[in-house]
Amino acid sequence: MQWETVIGLEVHVQLATQSKIFSGASTAYGAEPNTQACAVDLGMPGVLPVVNENAVAMAVRFGLAIGAEIPEVSIFERKNYFYPDLPKGYQTSQMAQPIVGPGTIDITLDDGTVNAVRIHHAHLEEDAGKSMHESFHGMTGIDLNRAGTPLLEIVSEPDMRSAREASAYVRALHAIVTYMGISDGNMAEGSMRCDVNVSVRPKGQEAFGTRAEIKNVNSFRFIEQAIECEVERQIDLIEDGGKVVQETRLFDPDLNETRSMRTKEEANDYRYFPCPDLLPMMLDDAYIEHQRSLLPELPSEKRQRFETALGLSAYDASVLASSRAMADYFEQAMQSCGDAKLAANWVQGDLSARLNKAGLDISESPVSATQLGELLARIKDDTINGKAAKQVFADLWDCKGETADQIIEARGLKQVTDTAAIEAIVDQVITDNPVQVTQYREAEPDKRGKMIGFFVGQAMKASRGTANPQQVNALIKSKLDALL
Amino acid sequence: MHDLTLADIAKGLARGDYSSRELTQHYLSRIESLDRRLNSFITVTGEHALAAADAADAARQSGQAGILAGVPLAYKDIFCTEGVRTSCGSRMLDSFKAPYDATVVEKLKLAGTVSLGKTNMDEFAMGSSNETSFYGPVRNPWNTDLVPGGSSGGSAAAVAAGLTPAALGTDTGGSIRQPAAFCGITGLKPTYGRVSRYGMVAYASSLDQGGPMARTAEDCALLLNAMAGHDPRDSTSVARAVPDYTQSLAEPLKGLKIGLPREYFGEGLDGGVETAVRDAIKVYEALGAQVIDVSLPHTRLAIPTYYVIAPAEASSNLSRYDGVRFGHRCDAPTDLMDLYKRSRVEGFGEEVKRRILIGTHTLSEGFFDAYYKKAQQVRRLIRQDFLDAFDKVDVLMGPAAPTPAFELGNQADPVQMYLQDIYTIAINLAGIPGISVPAGFAGDRPVGLQILAPHFSEAHLLNVAHAFQMQTDWHTRRPALTADE
Repeated sequence: MQWETVIGLEVHVQLATQSKIFSGASTAYGAEPNTQACAVDLGMPGVLPVVNENAVAMAVRFGLAIGAEIPEVSIFERKNYFYPDLPKGYQTSQMAQPIVGPGTIDITLDDGTVNAVRIHHAHLEEDAGKSMHESFHGMTGIDLNRAGTPLLEIVSEPDMRSAREASAYVRALHAIVTYMGISDGNMAEGSMRCDVNVSVRPKGQEAFGTRAEIKNVNSFRFIEQAIECEVERQIDLIEDGGKVVQETRLFDPDLNETRSMRTKEEANDYRYFPCPDLLPMMLDDAYIEHQRSLLPELPSEKRQRFETALGLSAYDASVLASSRAMADYFEQAMQSCGDAKLAANWVQGDLSARLNKAGLDISESPVSATQLGELLARIKDDTINGKAAKQVFADLWDCKGETADQIIEARGLKQVTDTAAIEAIVDQVITDNPVQVTQYREAEPDKRGKMIGFFVGQAMKASRGTANPQQVNALIKSKLDALL
Repeated sequence: MHDLTLADIAKGLARGDYSSRELTQHYLSRIESLDRRLNSFITVTGEHALAAADAADAARQSGQAGILAGVPLAYKDIFCTEGVRTSCGSRMLDSFKAPYDATVVEKLKLAGTVSLGKTNMDEFAMGSSNETSFYGPVRNPWNTDLVPGGSSGGSAAAVAAGLTPAALGTDTGGSIRQPAAFCGITGLKPTYGRVSRYGMVAYASSLDQGGPMARTAEDCALLLNAMAGHDPRDSTSVARAVPDYTQSLAEPLKGLKIGLPREYFGEGLDGGVETAVRDAIKVYEALGAQVIDVSLPHTRLAIPTYYVIAPAEASSNLSRYDGVRFGHRCDAPTDLMDLYKRSRVEGFGEEVKRRILIGTHTLSEGFFDAYYKKAQQVRRLIRQDFLDAFDKVDVLMGPAAPTPAFELGNQADPVQMYLQDIYTIAINLAGIPGISVPAGFAGDRPVGLQILAPHFSEAHLLNVAHAFQMQTDWHTRRPALTADE
């Protein structure tokens, strides 16, 4: 039988606020356990939450970025359950009236087509602390530094049909939140955590199959792996006459398998009800419009502008707009050299290749966007040719000079554009290679074009690469043709 | 000295008739000698009190004392006080020393007041007789066989007995007004949002409100001046200017329209209480007020509505007492479930457990719409009843409780106990302010007149209460606690 996979995601994005969602304690990562938890975070008797306006603003801007409606009223509710790292015995979250209503996120598939994934809603909530099971000799330690960190939970519709689509969705989401600066997007530190709902159904069937939820998958790669092995498990199970049960599962990347965590029957009744300590949030049009005015250019808008205003190909535009860091680098380099296509080629070509080889992110590039842009400007104004440019780039990478101009000067890479000087070199090459000249003259006219390459190469070699290749090319052609 | 009102004490301190240390010493020794019979205090903080008194005296010497500087008072043990046990009347918090001061405590400290200690209360403010306290029941100073009312029974008894000139209470369904009535003192529940709840251990968050309990309306006005106001740490506190509540106390009442809700004079109302209340209303008529019959048609739904909403909120608010971070923890838990279960079974008393169970049930899947959601709808109707009534009248008057104080151990049925709050509970659901003032006796038991006013009209409410106290002397009556009293 042919099977179709159906995937929906719940992604918890940690918002990049300075303080927690309901207290003034710091949200910085990596502090000593329990040093960033105040009385409110500890759930001390008598304390009360006060909502962090910045977290609200970030959530609203996210909603606007995905074209969602922002309801006039949204409500915090309590999700009640007991857990040692949940200090109050409830998590303050949202349920019936979340801050962000339905919206859409565009994802780019491998073949370049763009799909819209519908967002069901996004809601604000507080994070819990961490239970630490190591180094307490059979006991459990609790670190409440993370308790109260603001999270935006983004819930998609079950619109994805493959592991690749799911990871493309998470990448697109990652790009949006990091573009907007509302999250650092650091998946290793848990700034983005994904719960993946997976089900399968016979191709053509409309009704969804029973889904399993894989909790807390924390890298693009693991998302794909987890889905792939879960789909395989479900199909095998059904084909062997079994039934998928609704349950929560964990992905083990070491064994590349998912394991049952708890079934639906073991699930909590969370007894949601509106939190009486927090008034309903009323967001008026003026506030929403103000937040809209603070929105940066988003990935999809940037992609479009790269295509239409800068004349880049759809592929180049989508690669360059894929992350804020990449787009910013490209735009800075372009500004310094004044040539979008040249900048696009270099950023995706030489620069990306070096970065990949060194395992660096573009934000960590030893060659700054301005340095690269200045180098490209020298190609554009014919000071150097492409070959020399590669040498300059290598030197910049190795920090052998501050600017491209310094390196060009020091290495004597300045392109020779003096026609007389080039003519002398060309004449010498023709004189030195009579055999090739004869071959050229005797060749069929349509073969001669290719044969010019030999003479150009010799001339470039003689100029130690500094001659302007276009000039050399033109001059050789006219001189050889004169001998016909 | 202990018969003085807070206003008198403030004047005496300002004149230098006595020092704060002398006053504080006096009240501490009264607590020492008399409270064994009443059990109105859980914790007496004598050393802290004397240090604060000395600081207030020094401030006065240097001319930097405010009106309340050096005035002793006591806090219901629901207010967090830094470094001092805050038990909430529960074994669960018997060992809990709050790491911070509640906002009102902070404000009253700043005003220079002296805290004598923490008063007894029904466990987690759940009760109407002060019998649910882990620290044993409080006895009514008028007759120690009687309850003082609840849940702020310790505060009411301590003020009535002259163990403190004033105390703070909290009122979720009548917990300031009913014990004030039972003990013959004045107790004000402000508008929800008028006084910060930060640092008040939560029972039912949408209903809880702290307020003053003292001898007179004027004393309550003095205290409310220091307590009221917006608190950035409490999102439900309201950013609204705080008037000087003492300024309008003496305004004439001519033309005042008093509404008598017919539902507050019906079946179940004790004859002696009714007589005292009707006599009190005649005093107002003599002052030129007009009495109008009004109806609050949803009154009978107030108790069932309250007993859905309050336990629901409580069941969630009390989840933090899990034995993990603070409070009671059972001995040698075998695993996490055992830690949770035994800590909570041992730490909470019967009434608290009952309300946690009720609240957990009403919030459960399948019951939420029928209980909690419905109760919220009814709550809006109850609130509307009051808004409609205040279209016709300035204030509402009636009894604070259907009976005077009853005998200890006499109300074994929880539902009968819940009916004690029949005249007070709707006020919390509506969020309006209410005050109970001494209005005579039913036999030898004090009766409280309850006066209600629209949201944020505490100044007017205190004005109306004060006018009554200018015409009557019920608020000056004292129980005889020693042979020479």
